[in-house]
Amino acid sequence: MSRAPALAEGSSPEGAGRLAEEGRPPAGAEMGASPAAPSPRPGVASPAPPPTGAPKDGPSAFSTIGRRMRKVDGLAKASGRARYADDIQLPGMLHGKILRSPHPHAKIVSIDASAAERLDGVHAVVTGRDMPTPYGIIPWTPDEHALCVDRVRYVGDGVAAVAAVDEETANAALELVEVAYEQLPAYFTPQEAIAAQSGPFIHEPRKPGQNGNVTKVVHLEFGDAGEGLDTSAVVVEGDYFFEGTTHTPIEPHCAIGMAERDGRLTVWSATQVPHYLHRELARVLELDPAMVRVIQPPVGGAFGGKSEPFDLEFCVAKLAMKTGRPVKILYTREEVFYAHRGRHPFHMRYRTGADAEGMLTAVDAEIVLDGGAYASFGLVTTYYSGQLLTAPYQMPAYRFHSTRAYTNKPACGPKRGHGSVQPRFAFEVQLDRLAERLDVDPIELRRRNFIGADTRTVNDLRITSNGFLECLEAVESASGWREKHRKLPFGRGVGVAGSTYISGTNYPVYPNDMPQSGVQVQVDRSGRVAVFSGASEIGQGADSMVAYVVAEELGVPLEHVRVLAGDTDFTPVDLGAYSSRVTLMLGNACIDAAGRIKRKVREAVAEAWEAEPDEIVLAGGRAARAGDAGVSMSMRDAFNLAEAKFGTLGATGSYDTPKDVHGTYRGATIGASPAYSFSAHVAEVSVDPETGFVDVRKIWIAHDCGRALNPVLVEGQMEGSAYMGFGEALMEEHVVKTAEQGRAGLHHAPSLLDYRIPTSLDTPALESLIVESVDPEGPYGAKEAGEGPLHPSIPAIANAIYDAVGVRMNALPFSPPRVWAALQEKADRSGAEATNGLGEPAGAAAPARPAR
Amino acid sequence: MEVVRLVVNGDARVCGVPAHYTLLETLRYGLGLTGSKQGCDKGDCGACTVILDGRAVLACLTPALEAEGRVVRTVEGLASGTEPHPLQDEFDLHGAAQCGFCTPGILCSAAALLERNPRPSREDVREALAGNLCRCTGYEKIYDAVEAAAARCRA
Repeated sequence: MSRAPALAEGSSPEGAGRLAEEGRPPAGAEMGASPAAPSPRPGVASPAPPPTGAPKDGPSAFSTIGRRMRKVDGLAKASGRARYADDIQLPGMLHGKILRSPHPHAKIVSIDASAAERLDGVHAVVTGRDMPTPYGIIPWTPDEHALCVDRVRYVGDGVAAVAAVDEETANAALELVEVAYEQLPAYFTPQEAIAAQSGPFIHEPRKPGQNGNVTKVVHLEFGDAGEGLDTSAVVVEGDYFFEGTTHTPIEPHCAIGMAERDGRLTVWSATQVPHYLHRELARVLELDPAMVRVIQPPVGGAFGGKSEPFDLEFCVAKLAMKTGRPVKILYTREEVFYAHRGRHPFHMRYRTGADAEGMLTAVDAEIVLDGGAYASFGLVTTYYSGQLLTAPYQMPAYRFHSTRAYTNKPACGPKRGHGSVQPRFAFEVQLDRLAERLDVDPIELRRRNFIGADTRTVNDLRITSNGFLECLEAVESASGWREKHRKLPFGRGVGVAGSTYISGTNYPVYPNDMPQSGVQVQVDRSGRVAVFSGASEIGQGADSMVAYVVAEELGVPLEHVRVLAGDTDFTPVDLGAYSSRVTLMLGNACIDAAGRIKRKVREAVAEAWEAEPDEIVLAGGRAARAGDAGVSMSMRDAFNLAEAKFGTLGATGSYDTPKDVHGTYRGATIGASPAYSFSAHVAEVSVDPETGFVDVRKIWIAHDCGRALNPVLVEGQMEGSAYMGFGEALMEEHVVKTAEQGRAGLHHAPSLLDYRIPTSLDTPALESLIVESVDPEGPYGAKEAGEGPLHPSIPAIANAIYDAVGVRMNALPFSPPRVWAALQEKADRSGAEATNGLGEPAGAAAPARPAR
Repeated sequence: MEVVRLVVNGDARVCGVPAHYTLLETLRYGLGLTGSKQGCDKGDCGACTVILDGRAVLACLTPALEAEGRVVRTVEGLASGTEPHPLQDEFDLHGAAQCGFCTPGILCSAAALLERNPRPSREDVREALAGNLCRCTGYEKIYDAVEAAAARCRA
């Protein structure tokens, strides 16, 4: 090999920069040189042990990681070329439709589909009897069927499905399916469901004599919360209500089934969990899983709403198996609302104690979760409702008692910030009240209670890196907090809140000892690197993250990395895009796989140069000898040397979570994560006291993501999270009517007009402030960014409303009627307050369900 | 069955459609142009937005026959040959497309805006995109991308 750079090579490391000057960098090129690049991030990394994948000579040695980069699929999405599930048209494809229950709770007495089957253009009809095996995303709670077998449990439950030549014919066929129902008493509140003395319950009790309406009860206590409260200098008590909200991806759920004559089944689906779908399809359809293939096309938004199997996936598969033709089902927008699996309504009561300096002494929570008709992830939600509250503040004693009830409404499940957004709202409002009672600045109160890094929470979760203090500093400074808090004129105010979230769960949904994430990397003689990734790209940038990490590890230009993702026939198992697990777990798996190839390449190059492998650096598209600028070769040549020495270059890599680092009590596995992210927000609002209208002017979002692998994508997750929290705070209500409100069990607003999500005109200005704590567990120190930064938006807005007009908003959403009513109540009470000397109106905006 | 003649992305097209078909169904099912998305089919989400005779319209609320003889641009027609439209390129650079499902409609609304107002303020951009729901981004990156593209279009 020549000691001079090989001039014949096409991709010089300078290439990207040169093209950038011409105005349009190539895909994957760095954006940092652009004059429009934002100012450096304010967060300061705190010293921490070296994370996975960190170069020995420090972060400055990164060639890809940390730069502002394009996504691997950005231009495909901006050109209309990305093919989502509904964009796929197969020859001879039939269209399916699902008949849905008009009753919230009823027995299915009989189904007669003969007239539908006789209709011209109809090819098949299936009912629950065709797929009788129950399933559930959590293996311990398999309480669902692909289609209902003998009972419907909410308006919208699937009863039968048809496949026909077109949608019109399929819809006409549904009209011809005769279903005889025998209606049963329905429950619309968790309190009614829990109070039921006798059946028929929504589900059969697991043991005779139990209430089948109760899906899960969790009671955990750490330290002595009662004693802690009794000896506190101050105890704040409050009742809170978090209304349900739903994900509302802009892409409706869509699936296509195709059965081959040799027994293979392929299902394309807009899912965020292809692996779990693969398992459940095989189980419910009684197929050999090796004969089932799940392909996940680009997904048009998910947010947790596509993280378990849905009826349409089983139905397209069964209808395809019955007809021999491909079958597609696309949900209507109304069906998306009924499919739900969104945020549980929570009824919460908190008691929070502190000493005279504002140090927390004890926290006690009573929580009732409204689960809807099925278990879904509810077992986990019930644990999360308590388990994820124990950072970023230390608390010597903590007790929570959470009960999840079934109701005859669309099932609730995981939505961005699963199970912990609701308690975080209540708790951060409690802290604000505590700060006021003690006359301590709310940011200072949070700072005093900071739990620290490399520590354990009261419920025995292991915390590694923790940049929460930097988050507080960042929002305090950027928002001008000191000049604003309690200083703005009446009607304007600022509020702060903090939070934590998991970077993946330590234990998978079904118990097993295999890795949580796997990836395969293969190198071509051209220098092209292919990565086979089982992870789910749902818009968060999973595929891009894979490319960034592999490009960094192998030193190849980003545009030489191809990512093939989401096809269970060809990609190793990754458990899916949920619980903010992908960057940490798949990123580490990529470092593992690429590292195996890297070792071979360095060894082969070292042999050619008569050097030591440690001296070989792979970066910027070239292999070079450290300390000798004149010695280098292209990565293509380096790969060819390695292939000559070792044979075809490829490697698998995997990641599993560190076990035995968290607590060991029953329930300790839920909430355990390799690393925790931290966030702090300040919101500034104006409140119109005449109308109760809240205008959120701006949210400052600080988030400790460990390390920003691509700051563009981290900011996108932070802003998208804060946006979603803002919508939940002010606008969104996923509500099912009771008999007094209309027809019981009907969704109150199953359209994008009536279920209001924020438009561009509603959304406040959002400013992202990235904090990097460099976690030892994360790839290059990275932790999650996709869910944590949602949490503080809601309590920060609630606390800002208090700063603006002096009313505590304890029930979501903070709609004009609620805020107006709270202001009226405050005015009515003002005389009494003047005499009792309390600093705030107790009980304002108590969480009663308002009339609609 | 009716016959609709229209110019789509510069090509004169003839398409047989059922009388009740919308422009969105004509584009997606009749002409195979699946870039324009169906998010609600009721005019609520804006994912189907296309440019009809220079104006951003909701293709899911436009009867196919109303497009007879008219000029339609969709996301597939924004680029010039192999060169992406500055909006498309800036969306990629700024991370303005996350899941990307609303992106085709937003690009069409933004392209129509830039054609009538080459120097839009941020308020103008917010106003022009008010009919396009994006559930991923919080809109900030989208505004940045539109403003950067506007600057490039003027240059």
